[in-house]
Amino acid sequence: MMASGRESVEIRWHGRGGQGAVTAAKLLAEAAYASGWEGVTSAPSFGAERRGAPVTASTRLAHEPVRVLSQVTAPDVVIVLDDSLLAVANATAGLKPGGTLLVNTTLSAAELGVAGDVNVVATDVTGSAEAAGVIVAGQPIVSAAILGAVAKATGLVTLPSVEHAIAGMFPAGPAGKNAEAAKIAYECTPGKGAAA
Amino acid sequence: MSVRVMTGNDAAATAVKLARTQVIAAYPITPQSPVVESLSTWVESGELPAEFVAVESEHSALSVCIGASTVGARAFTATSANGLAYMTEQVWWAAGARLPIVMCVANRAMAAPWSVLNDQQDSMSVRDAGWVQLYCRDNQEILDTTVQAFHIAEELNAPVMVCYDGFLLSHTMMPVDVPDAGTVDGFLPPRTAPLQIVDTADPRNVGPVTLADPRPDADGVLQPGYMEFRAMHHAALLEALDAVPAADRAWAGITGRSSGGLLSEYLLDDADTVLVAAGSLVTQLTLVADGLRAEGVRAGVLGIRCYRPFPAEALRDRLAGRSLAVVFDKALSYGYQGPICEDLKAALYDGGDSPAVHGVVCGLGGRDVTPVQLASAVREARADLEAGMRDRAPHWIGLVEGSMR
Repeated sequence: MMASGRESVEIRWHGRGGQGAVTAAKLLAEAAYASGWEGVTSAPSFGAERRGAPVTASTRLAHEPVRVLSQVTAPDVVIVLDDSLLAVANATAGLKPGGTLLVNTTLSAAELGVAGDVNVVATDVTGSAEAAGVIVAGQPIVSAAILGAVAKATGLVTLPSVEHAIAGMFPAGPAGKNAEAAKIAYECTPGKGAAA
Repeated sequence: MSVRVMTGNDAAATAVKLARTQVIAAYPITPQSPVVESLSTWVESGELPAEFVAVESEHSALSVCIGASTVGARAFTATSANGLAYMTEQVWWAAGARLPIVMCVANRAMAAPWSVLNDQQDSMSVRDAGWVQLYCRDNQEILDTTVQAFHIAEELNAPVMVCYDGFLLSHTMMPVDVPDAGTVDGFLPPRTAPLQIVDTADPRNVGPVTLADPRPDADGVLQPGYMEFRAMHHAALLEALDAVPAADRAWAGITGRSSGGLLSEYLLDDADTVLVAAGSLVTQLTLVADGLRAEGVRAGVLGIRCYRPFPAEALRDRLAGRSLAVVFDKALSYGYQGPICEDLKAALYDGGDSPAVHGVVCGLGGRDVTPVQLASAVREARADLEAGMRDRAPHWIGLVEGSMR
């Protein structure tokens, strides 16, 4: 009874303050709308944010206006921008059986050691950001690059819609690099249904 | 028009820009700050030809708007919670001086204890100050209502407060259909300011001091005393019961979008159990009504869009013959009950055909409120009514009793 439509998808993001989880959630909302999801909401976790501290954000996708505004507690997809959060932030809490866990990591899906009925997708998004030169104050920034991985791993949004969202969010120069990072991440990430 | 995915704060700022606001004064406070940050950026870039006055407090923010509005400018500010409390003296002044200022309130809990998160205690606490208060269900309504607010304010010479839930709407992105400038210009012409007093050919002093009784002015014409000014102000607020739906209808005529005027309705026609609230809860309650209907409960939703003036007659009319109204308040008049609940009970008093009214307090200080919790609160209220309770103390959703000492 509490779903927000005939087909809806709930996504929870885990990152660290300053890493771009909130920006990534915004980009996903834009990309999803451009991909044909008429109902989208995207929100940061509400409260104080500190650089480096665990933060979350949530995105809902549906084919009608989203009418639920409470927190996402049983996500279909969990996206983790920093693999150290898997243990610290209990990132898989509430993840639906058969749900997708997308992790930015240099480890393999098996090495992450996630138990249960979870479709684990491991991908090195930080490497994609570095390869495209998306580096701010010496740090690769994955907020846009992760969208390429999301597009590939979940099929919820298309790569062109991701590029469209990035073009709308960043000034021309950074937009080009971020779109390139997303494209590299898309190419490096196992597709939906692929063996981990 | 074009659909953009934006936060509630973006929607508010966009409406203020489309309204060709001339003076903006503000002091930052979470969760409102992004509204005035966007406006400040647009003023700086020249995209919005307005004066942006950065001040040292909310009291001064509204004071600047009062000065600007007095001399004929279209003026705007935004605030939340303790910022609103700090400007309270000027909230009353803006209303009593009959200035058509528009203020967005991104609803946030009042301290102490500190919370930056949502409830509606802040705007509810100034409900008696003489502003029109409109509550928004989603980000589209924030844009639409903020544009309409200027229209209503300038028609009535009364300020309008556009209230929307902090974080739940202010920081949540959703698709918003943004009208083009020409559409808004057609709806909202430049302010004509009949009360504008700056005229160098006719200089005058503005210091609205009254005595208890009416008295003749220098020309021998009898002028109002304090009570007459207040009675005229009250009459203007009551006129909003027509002006608010009229603005909504006019806007719907141009854009195809209505926010419901005074009230919004969902599955109401045959409902015997009516869920009542203001703000984003109304959106969630439509899901709850769907779920209850699937259980065989004839549930419907009546959203309060216009809280001041209180649409008592419309509520009596729409609730006549129902068995139960369950009112969800995100605020509390401490020592009594939720403000919407008490107002609704007063509106229905002595109505032979009125439903029982059961109050629920929820979501204080950002406490998450889920559709599951809302549905069970309705089931409890129905059980209480079946047990013969026509009235009861408010129930609290999600209170963890074990944490209280």
